Parts: sequence; C-alpha cells; structure tokens
Amino acid sequence: MAVVPTTAAVTPVKRRKPRFVANPKATTGLALMGFFVLMAVIGPWIAPYDPSERSSDLLQPPSGKHWFGTTHLGQDIFSQVLVGTRSVMLVGLIAGVVATVLAVLVGVTSGYLSGAGAEGLSALSNVFLVIPALPLIIIITSTLPDTGNITIALVIGFTSWAWGARVLRAQTLSLRRRDYVEAARATGESTWRIILFEIMPNLTAVIASGFVGTVIFAVISEITLAFIGVSDAGGWNWGTVLFWAQSQQALAQGAWWWFVPAGLAIALLGTALSLVNFGIDEFVSPRLRGGGKTRVKTADGRTVRMRVGFTPVLGEEAK
Amino acid sequence: MSYLLKRIAFYLFTAWAAITINFFVPRLIPGDPVQALITKSRGQMTTEAVQSLYVLFGLDKDESVIEQYFRYWGQLLRGDLGLSFTFFPSPVADVIGDGLPWTVGLVGITTVVGFLIGTAAGTVVGWRRGSWADLLIPVTTFVSSIPYFWLGLIAITLLTGRGSFFPASGAYDTGLVPGWDWEFIGSTLRYGLLPAATILISSMSGWILSMRNMMVTVASEDYVTVAHAKGLSERRVMVGYAARNALLPNVSGFALSLGFIVGGTLLVEIVFSYPGLGLQLFQAVGAKDYPLMQGIFLIITLSVLLANFLADVAYLVLDPRTRREG
Repeated sequence: MAVVPTTAAVTPVKRRKPRFVANPKATTGLALMGFFVLMAVIGPWIAPYDPSERSSDLLQPPSGKHWFGTTHLGQDIFSQVLVGTRSVMLVGLIAGVVATVLAVLVGVTSGYLSGAGAEGLSALSNVFLVIPALPLIIIITSTLPDTGNITIALVIGFTSWAWGARVLRAQTLSLRRRDYVEAARATGESTWRIILFEIMPNLTAVIASGFVGTVIFAVISEITLAFIGVSDAGGWNWGTVLFWAQSQQALAQGAWWWFVPAGLAIALLGTALSLVNFGIDEFVSPRLRGGGKTRVKTADGRTVRMRVGFTPVLGEEAK
Repeated sequence: MSYLLKRIAFYLFTAWAAITINFFVPRLIPGDPVQALITKSRGQMTTEAVQSLYVLFGLDKDESVIEQYFRYWGQLLRGDLGLSFTFFPSPVADVIGDGLPWTVGLVGITTVVGFLIGTAAGTVVGWRRGSWADLLIPVTTFVSSIPYFWLGLIAITLLTGRGSFFPASGAYDTGLVPGWDWEFIGSTLRYGLLPAATILISSMSGWILSMRNMMVTVASEDYVTVAHAKGLSERRVMVGYAARNALLPNVSGFALSLGFIVGGTLLVEIVFSYPGLGLQLFQAVGAKDYPLMQGIFLIITLSVLLANFLADVAYLVLDPRTRREG
C-alpha cells in the first residue's frame, strides 16, 4: 500500500529495479533457470561426445577427458546429462503450460460463475487432487504405445492441473465480490470482459506460482517415469541416466559419478524453480520476506527484537 | 455432522471415479495382452482365469461397454483383480496382500512422523524469524527439490556397504522366518531405518516451509498481540495461540498432498528393494503386467482416500468452527 509521492516526477529519479528482480531469491532462481534453458538449447551442440556412442573407456571415474566419467558401455555421462537437459525442460514447459491453461479455465470459471456447472468443475478438480497423480501417470503412460516427450508431457499436464485450479478458484471467489468488480458489473461490462480484464490481472501472481509449481512436478514426474523404465529408453534425459545407473548396479560397483551429476542437476533445477516461487510469494505477501535488522534500542536503553508482523509488547520484564 | 457426511459422499464419488478410470485405461492398450499371456503360460491357465482377464481388459467383444462395466464392478466387489503376469499364477489380490503391510508400515508411519516433526520445526522457524533459524530455509528448499529416490541412492552409497550397520536392500534378514518374535521385529526395524530416514528428510522440509509461512502470517493477528500483552509466556503464545491457528491450513494441506507424497515414497521402496507396493509396481511396469499395475493403482488410491478421510476427522477435532451445527 505504498503511496508514491507524485512530486518524484519533477526531479529525475534514478529508476529502481523492478521489485521482483530486486528480490535476491528470485534473482538467483531466475539466473539458474536461465542457465538450464541455455543448456536445453545449446546442450546437444556443445556435448563433447554422442551420448549413446560406446567407447573402450568402460566405467571410468571423472577425468579431464570425461568430466562426469563413463558408463558400463563407455558412454560419456557429461554428454548424456547435457543432451538430456532439453528433454527435461521441454516436458516441464509443455506440461506446465497445459496444466496452467486447464487450471485457469477450470479454476476461474468455477470460482466466478455459480450454479451446478461451477460446482461440478470444483468437484472434478477435487477428485483429481485426491487421486495419487504419479501412480495414475505411470499406469496411463505404460499402456500407451508411444511414450515420446510430447506424450509424456501431455499426460502429466492433463493430470496435474487440479492444485492450480483449486488455488485459483479460492482466489477468484474472494475477488468476485470486491467493489471494483461490482462497479464493473454495474457499468454493464460483459461477464467475459470482467473475467479477462478485471479478475485475471489480479490472479497473475497465483497463476505464475502455479505454473512454476507444475513445472517442478512435471520435471520430477518425467524423471521418475524414465527412472522406472516407462518412457522411451532411446531418448536421453536425466531419468534415463539414472535408470541405466540403477539397472547396471552402479551402486554396487561404487560408480557414484554415474548418478550424482544427474541427481544434482534435478535438485538444482528444482531449487531454482522453488526460489522463483518464493520470490513470487514474497512479492505478493511482503510479510514472508526475511527479516532485516531486528535488534532495536528503545529510548530507555533496552534492546527489543523487532519482528515484522509482531507488535512488540514492552512490559516490565520484556524479553 | 453434515460436514463429515459431505466428505464421505465426496470420497465415495472419488473412489467411483478412480475405479472408472481404472476400467477405461486398459482399453487403450493396443493389441491383445491376454493372448500374449496365454502364450507365455503355455496352457497352464484355466478358462475361468482367462475369462476374468478378458473382462478386466475389455476384450470380450460380444458385450457392450455398459455390460462390461457392470461385470467389472461385480468382479471387483468379489475381490477378483485378475491374475498377475509377473507372479504367475498368483492372483493380483494375493500379491498386493503381501506388499501392502510393508508399504503401510514404512510409508504410513514416515509420512505422519514427517508431518509432525516438520510442523513442529516450522513453528519454531516461523516464530523466530530473523534469527539463525532462517538459515534453515535455503537448506530445506534444496532438500525438498531432491527426488526421494535419488536421496535414497546417495544414502545407500554413503552409509551401506561391507560391515555397515545399515543393510542396502530388503525389509528383513532373509535368514529369518517372518513372525512376531523379537529377533524378526529387530531385523525389520534395522532394515527399515534407512528408507524411513530418507523419506523423513525429504518429506519434512515441505512441512517446515508451509508451517513457517503460516506462522509468519498468523503472528501478526490481533489475538497474538493480546496474548503477549496479557503477559503470557512466549512459549504459551507460540504454541497455544499462534501455532494452534497456523496448524489448520497445514492439516488440510497434508490431506491434499498425501497423493503426491505417497507417489514419491513408493520410489524409495524401489531403490531399497523394499518388498512393498512400490517395488511391485516397478516390477509390474518392467514386465508389462497390467492387472498388477491396475490393482496397485486401485489400492493406493483407496488408501489415500482413507487417509484423507482421517485427516478430515483430525481437522474436525482441531477446528471447533467446523463442528458448529447448522
């Protein structure tokens, strides 16, 4: 609710960075994300070897020649991880977009409209929320004849929209009776115009964080599917690397380099996405931001720990 | 009470939806999986078993979809889930019966304990915002982004091996006969420790974060300030006033994310070769054992629904507002 003084226009003020970018968590997350997107684009070109190519260096630990070591067939793990980035990012993106579009359609419609249809949509999203998604995805993908990236992304997208829909519905319900929406309705705006131009802009942050959350889920699901051997073993992604590591007893042979890089890549990507999500959360709800300087001296010389959100109560024996 | 009745109706509806999905999914399979199995079993299958599989897969062309659907329900109600391909000729129901206790023991206990510890830690972290406790947040973010199964792999590499206290796979010492004697229970605990720790560490961090955020939000409510002003001890305000209210969304969040957690924990079983439903699902996927996959999906879904219902009851106990009549 900061009231910006209008006099600022008189003296040229140095333009501040947009607040979202100024948040260190969001910046770190975005930078990491950018790195992974870059790798997804150029990964297959800069990979030093063909990921499926066999060589005579069997099960070598990391060295200058093979940065992440080699597999039981002498394949270069660094190239596999690099080439696999594209599939991971692609599936995450497609599934995220599909699920977000569905979530917006179902969530906003069921939140804004009333009646049996809206109740039905809400019940539908609750059903999808409660049914365990991963086993469902596993049984669907393992019965499909084709398990390429796009198919898997679509299956994940169509089964994981429910969380976003629920959050959006709750938010829409709280917006639909606000004064500005009532005013728009009173001036005779059509329902679709109200939804698109009055309500949707206020849902941007919720939609964005839902999208990021779905991408995390989609990435982990895709890797899991590859790890248990459901998806196409021909293409490379981080899960395929882990699948081969597990099935070739990498653990028993002490070949830690086989599964550590792929797992770290997953964890880093997941962390990057969660950081972006925290950035969005803190942008929307400033209370969640970490505290700054918290010890303050009062007039009579005592120190009080100030905490955002708390109203300090100063008594005789204030702690 | 009407709240509870509404929830029960919802769960029954969801169970129906899950069973219906389970009915339609196998109809997507191209070709004739049953024929493949009959060939594989070299005439060891009885005609009845073959017929039951045809009903499950909807390959009985003489019937309409509606008739097939009712026959499918009839079969389910009799507990007939078909024959497993991998564990041929055991019925799927028996195979699942073997795996279920292990999964309920491992996943059930760790999920609940993880929620309790995570919520307690989140309460403290949220209350002491701006102190050292904030350092926990980046750590938990990182840990919660790691897939469960990968953490399991790392735990196996680092902690197991020759002469280690922790076994790398299995659920009990294979030299022992399962039974209720101390030796067997001790062995079960020893084998379960590492998978349980893996699940605990990854599932806890999510609860820490959500509880922390709720605590931060609740801490600025007027009733917390009033409690401070009354001179109540810090601890009492934290637990009795702030945490009690912050807990509610976390409990409903727990109910909603159960399906997600259970999916992740099943993979830990695969990594540790723990003989529960997760490992069976893995074997079923490898062998294209559709009846077993379907059966496991059904059982997991029904268990998650039951757990959800229990979480609802807990919510009812915790929040007096939902108990208000009218």
